[in-house]
Amino acid sequence: MTKPSLTLLATLAVVLAGAAVAMIFFVAPEDADQGLSQKIFYVHVPIALTAYACFGLAAWKAFRLLTTRGDRYDLESYTGVHQGTIFGALTLVTGSIWAKASWGVWWTWSSNQLVLFLVLFLFYCAYFMLRYSIEPGPRRERISAVYALFGVALVPVSFLAIRLASDFIHPTVFTRDGPQMTGTMFAAFCVSWAAITLLAYVMYRVELAGKRTDANLRELREALAS
Amino acid sequence: MTGYFADVAALARKDLRLELRARDTLPAMLLFVLATLVVFHFALPADAGDDPAYGLLWVALVFTSLLGLARAWVPEREAGALDGLVLAPTDRSAIWLGKTLASLAFLVAAEVVALPAFVLFFAPLDAHALAGVALASVGICSVGSLVSAMAAASRGREVLLPLIFLPLAIPIVVGGVGASISEEPGKFLAFLGLYDAVFAILSWAAFEYVVTE
Amino acid sequence: MAETPLVRARGVERRYGARRVLHDVSFELGRGGTLVVTGPNGSGKTTLLRLLVGLAVPSRGTIEVGLDRAHVGFVGHEPLVYRELTALENLDLFGRLYRVPERRERIGMLLERFGLWDSRGERVSAFSRGMTQRLALCRALLHEPELLVLDEPHSALDAQGAALLDQELEALVPRCTLVVATHEPERLGTLATASLALGVA
Repeated sequence: MTKPSLTLLATLAVVLAGAAVAMIFFVAPEDADQGLSQKIFYVHVPIALTAYACFGLAAWKAFRLLTTRGDRYDLESYTGVHQGTIFGALTLVTGSIWAKASWGVWWTWSSNQLVLFLVLFLFYCAYFMLRYSIEPGPRRERISAVYALFGVALVPVSFLAIRLASDFIHPTVFTRDGPQMTGTMFAAFCVSWAAITLLAYVMYRVELAGKRTDANLRELREALAS
Repeated sequence: MTGYFADVAALARKDLRLELRARDTLPAMLLFVLATLVVFHFALPADAGDDPAYGLLWVALVFTSLLGLARAWVPEREAGALDGLVLAPTDRSAIWLGKTLASLAFLVAAEVVALPAFVLFFAPLDAHALAGVALASVGICSVGSLVSAMAAASRGREVLLPLIFLPLAIPIVVGGVGASISEEPGKFLAFLGLYDAVFAILSWAAFEYVVTE
Repeated sequence: MAETPLVRARGVERRYGARRVLHDVSFELGRGGTLVVTGPNGSGKTTLLRLLVGLAVPSRGTIEVGLDRAHVGFVGHEPLVYRELTALENLDLFGRLYRVPERRERIGMLLERFGLWDSRGERVSAFSRGMTQRLALCRALLHEPELLVLDEPHSALDAQGAALLDQELEALVPRCTLVVATHEPERLGTLATASLALGVA
């Protein structure tokens, strides 16, 4: 099965994004409590979910790298982490905007989701520092892979920790009801989620292709030089 | 199986012997933790109460252990001894376990000084807090040995270790502080136990991949 | 009847990032043979030897060694010992890890043979380069390996040490397969049964 063409996917992503925007602003009803600012939810949550998916993908590729001798997994895992970090940063930004719009503060510790992403963001930023301070080669691939796997273990453990911490560290001042979505809201959410996921996948493929080309180019240069 | 634990024992003994001879890491950790506690006294406002002090205790412990962990693999790096260990028929996870046990011994030794000092300077520690310290120490050393080996393979070693260790240490701090000040310390102790189980097993299994190609 | 070779390398390539250190190296070495590896600095001798003992893996190609770690001995550019332990403590540790039978006797014998008995209680950090290299040899021979891989073993030794090493190699050759990287292939003289030149255009 050949991979679907990148151009096709990119076009589809743009179309979906357009549809999502339309649905978010014109179709989905405005939230009674939060008003217009609630619309950020349609973007914030899918971005967060996509970030998790990227990290999960990176961990899976890392696992494959350690258990088989496949060449491709290192770049795939790395790109997964990279995309995940980008979407993680976006999660923090959109979350912050939403917090400002809803409660008037740019940051709050009572949003477990946001705090979790902060911890993960720190963790995965360190991934890049680690990776780029090791000589390229099998050693770097393996260490990066182990680190990516640790990240995925950290997610549930950190989440649990943050839940526990919220008991005594910062009393829950702000509450936000979970999305009790009506039918159209849910539809808008799904379209948005699909658009963002597809976008993430397209970005992943593009970045991966770029990195592979770089690697091949370097090899060619090396071969020509010797 | 007995061979495995004999290897672990031989390796841990080697680390204890090296430290006894060089006497550089443990005294540094002791001095550091005491100095940190003193700094914290000045960092806390007068009417702060006990709770913030417990938080700072955990900060002190994490950073003191970082000091020790940064030096954990130095003897192996000096004349290529790590290659020697990797070449041996020993299970690579035994190398991790030996190092973890030795690091734990050093951390506990530092805590034997730090905890009474804390009680003296700040606030009492009950059984739950101490259990939290014990569980947290296991977690710190398990993850720390592995992560320190990763950092040792890199160029920017000293700078890198705190960066990769601290995010992983956040749950430990939560568990420890919770065990110290919460009304339901059992929850937090159970959580620390979970952390230890998950990350010790992960580190044990993954160490092989960090030191081989 | 042809025996399967103990060491078989096929199309071995090793890259570090973009830099290629070994390219399409192939050879076979039968049990009991002695392979001499030569080549200018940077030609990949050290890399090849590390691939043989398993401290590195090839980027492409395969290396098959019909022995497990317990039967391979290695002397590299570094002595692979603990500088702040004594010679005796180092050999005792590795003796335990390699499960050497009659460990104490064997250690004593090796230390004597390489002239380190009197310095056995001194830390390696106090040793001269020659003494350290001799200790490295003791460490490599401790478990009576069937395959001994040596990376320029003569380079750190003084005349006496080198003579000891030559004696030892001669004694080993009948029951041990050797791979030696060296700048002085003539030292091994008649011992060599095969040679491999790296980095030659």
